[in-house]
Amino acid sequence: MSQQTIEQLKPQVKTAIVDLLYRLADDHLILGHRNSEWTGLGPILEADIAFSSMAQDKMGHALAFYRLLQQLGEPDPDTNAFLRSGDQYRCCSLVCLERGDWAQSVVRHFLFDEATRIRFEALEQSRYEPLAQVARKLRGELKYHTMHGQMNLDKLGDATEESHQRMQDALDRLFPHAMGVFEPTEWDETLAAEGIQPREAELCKTWRSQVADMCAESGLTMPDDVGPIYGGRAGKHPEDLKKLLDDMQKVYRLDPDSEW
Amino acid sequence: MVYPMQEMPLNDKQGDPGYEENLAAFEARVARGDKVEPGDWMPNDYRQQLIRLIHVHANSEICGALPEGGWIPHAPGFKRKLALVSKVQDEVGHAQLLYRAAETLGKPREEMVEELISGKSKYSNVFHYHAETWADVAVIAWLIDAAAIVNQKMMAEGSYGPYSRALKRICYEEAFHLTHGYDMCISLATGSKLQRDMLQDAINRWWKPIMMFHGPSDKESKHTEVLMRWRIKLKSNDAQRQEFLKKYVPKMFNLGLTIPEEWEFRYDEATKEWRYNEPDWDEFLNVVRGNGPASALRLRTRKLAHEEGAWVREALAAAAAGEHVPVPVEMN
Ligand SMILES: [Fe+2]
Ligand SMILES: [Fe+2]
Repeated sequence: MSQQTIEQLKPQVKTAIVDLLYRLADDHLILGHRNSEWTGLGPILEADIAFSSMAQDKMGHALAFYRLLQQLGEPDPDTNAFLRSGDQYRCCSLVCLERGDWAQSVVRHFLFDEATRIRFEALEQSRYEPLAQVARKLRGELKYHTMHGQMNLDKLGDATEESHQRMQDALDRLFPHAMGVFEPTEWDETLAAEGIQPREAELCKTWRSQVADMCAESGLTMPDDVGPIYGGRAGKHPEDLKKLLDDMQKVYRLDPDSEW
Repeated sequence: MVYPMQEMPLNDKQGDPGYEENLAAFEARVARGDKVEPGDWMPNDYRQQLIRLIHVHANSEICGALPEGGWIPHAPGFKRKLALVSKVQDEVGHAQLLYRAAETLGKPREEMVEELISGKSKYSNVFHYHAETWADVAVIAWLIDAAAIVNQKMMAEGSYGPYSRALKRICYEEAFHLTHGYDMCISLATGSKLQRDMLQDAINRWWKPIMMFHGPSDKESKHTEVLMRWRIKLKSNDAQRQEFLKKYVPKMFNLGLTIPEEWEFRYDEATKEWRYNEPDWDEFLNVVRGNGPASALRLRTRKLAHEEGAWVREALAAAAAGEHVPVPVEMN
């Protein structure tokens, strides 16, 4: 079977792709926003700079997905990001949660980026070529992010009693939310059948086993008796997102028709 | 590389029998335009003045990241959001470069950070004020970065090698900040009434700190003479201020912006200089001593960030030393 271009998409396939792209775009935007909350406030200048740089990348990746959405007839990236309400967002709860301490931020970054790496590896083969192209294009930057995430886990996981405790606490707290990255949707079957993306459950399984190994290597224990927290993909979010969107949209909404 | 202060030769009249001769040779070198490097003979006063200046400069970069950083969550639109995170990240990077330059003179970074948050060392007057609206962010990025560039370009020609090289790189990045700031101001100045008013209001509030940015008038500045002889500083405060005004006041007028009337701004055709009512330098000194509207907040924020990061710094140091805490044995 040949790869699909925009013109050839069947309506329900297009709807499924749009839904997937919103999940990807919103996850990256909200996480980028959260991570940029450290800019100027990081624990050391070097970590501050690295985290800011990755926050920008995440926002840039979000922009790439919003542009794909625009090609499919959805609103332009700014309108989409700055004028949608919380219930229209499709991000998972992991990215919505407040910044927390540095451990929460680096563990979230690690869990999310490992999930993204596994997803993007699959998306590089996607039969929806525009998406496959983006996944291939972002590979290099993402590689840097996962390297950074693993390095943080390695260094902080068992360096001191306090760092170990904080990292383990963050892992315990975030893990159910991280499983929520792979919340199945009604489009799973269509996306899988059309060769656009493997089923969420399948991606989740790969992620879980790889993340468990990495945690163990860093002296951390991945919780294995917890269930996922779902809802984000259906527009149900923790309160944290509302506050975030109020903050993010407040200037833009003063005058949505103007250039800022 | 950090050079501990205790190991620095104390080159002053008491500590160095050949001081007068060495000083003459040093001043001749500097006058020729030679760069002074960390291991070279330098008068103790030169070292102390440079540490003071670089430290204040580094503090200013790190404190400057706060008013703008506070607006990152509110930046309207992808373009502004990305540019602002990148700008603030650069400012943090500048602090890092500058702390490193100061370390070559024997002052460890940790000590400089401690002195900043304890209020012992100063930072630029402009960061003692609140950024109240989005237009403040635009004005900071345009006019304050512009004013800083005038200063930093000059300092980059100075005699101390590590500081001069750090400043060259900083100036390169500042040029992007200026473009980003000017672009934001153009959008606001040519936008809706709400946006134009917001921008003018920001100018009205920021004009005083901007006029004070280059420091007290030459009549009042106590360090200028020796700093200029040692080529740490190449232009007086007033000369820098005029350079800034000549370049940017016409651009402001072009955007339809005005300068608050109480300054009685006028251009003197004869001297080709701007004339204005002199800023209140006592107020300036009071502000940089930590009594500005946002001074307490800035230090509180820096202190909190520093304290919250303590466990990370400790852990990273332990990790670098190869330490691991015993890990509980896996159950299965
Ligand atoms: Fe800077
Ligand atoms: Fe700057």
